[in-house]
Amino acid sequence: MSNVLPLDQETIVKAIQSATAEVFGMMLNLEVASEPAYTELPSSRPTDGVIALLGLAGQWMGSGIIQCDAGFARTIYMHMLSTDCAAGEDSVDGEVLDAVAELANMVIGNVKNTLEETLGPMGMSVPTVVFGRNFTTRAMGSDPWIVVPFKCGDAQLLVKLYLRHSPENTEIRRGFTLHREFSV
Amino acid sequence: MLLDVLIVDDSAAIRKILQRVLNQAEIPLGEIYEASDGVEALKVLGSQKVSLVLADINMPNMDGLQFLRKLKEEPQFDTLPVIMVTTEGGQAKVMAAAELGAAGYIRKPFTADQIRHTLSSFL
Repeated sequence: MSNVLPLDQETIVKAIQSATAEVFGMMLNLEVASEPAYTELPSSRPTDGVIALLGLAGQWMGSGIIQCDAGFARTIYMHMLSTDCAAGEDSVDGEVLDAVAELANMVIGNVKNTLEETLGPMGMSVPTVVFGRNFTTRAMGSDPWIVVPFKCGDAQLLVKLYLRHSPENTEIRRGFTLHREFSV
Repeated sequence: MLLDVLIVDDSAAIRKILQRVLNQAEIPLGEIYEASDGVEALKVLGSQKVSLVLADINMPNMDGLQFLRKLKEEPQFDTLPVIMVTTEGGQAKVMAAAELGAAGYIRKPFTADQIRHTLSSFL
């Protein structure tokens, strides 16, 4: 089975950069600066902060991730809702997680819209969002992820995308399970 | 005529943003109702008078297209305007919403002006 994307990495990176800049500009009134993209293999290195994941399904399936620290998650919430944040510094509450989940929905959703022009129709799950310290995530499979870092002031945001060819998957299911595990 | 609006979105953040846009828009606004999915939205419609619905597509339990299909099967709601407000911008989803009778389609991310402009055509 071929897992060679009919899109080059640069096209995918541009789709991520464009979607992220558009969502931050229109919904948060914030500018983000893109940094050089890279690929990384799945690892079990511990992570801190907030991660929002969405699953993609169709003949190309995979996951999209938005990752940032708690402080930037609070900034996202405050700019999206034009309000102060009740959660204490270095912490987040349900409202902050909801805002990051919706941000991920818009960024990965708009990347998906671009990819669909070449890869065909894809389904997208509702977001799952996790906040914690010293937790690991594990993706099924060993294919590399495309990682696009962004700077917003001193804060960093990572947008990650993983796609795998799944030609037997002709039906796009809603509410499918994310191919990722967490451990704390 | 006052516009009674039902906002259907699983994101509380988006519901709050849309509420704020509606409240700041210079339109004759009546009540604003909220639902977090299609199932909740149908319950609201069963008990409240609503003149316009803003609905997301990707939602748990009953998504926006399933909700729209269900709504258009009910004679008392078949003329109720439903505007999809969604990240889904692919041709297939837009066409599906149009075929099911969606009155409009606003892609996320959106601006307040886009929402106001679309709503003004229903006054």
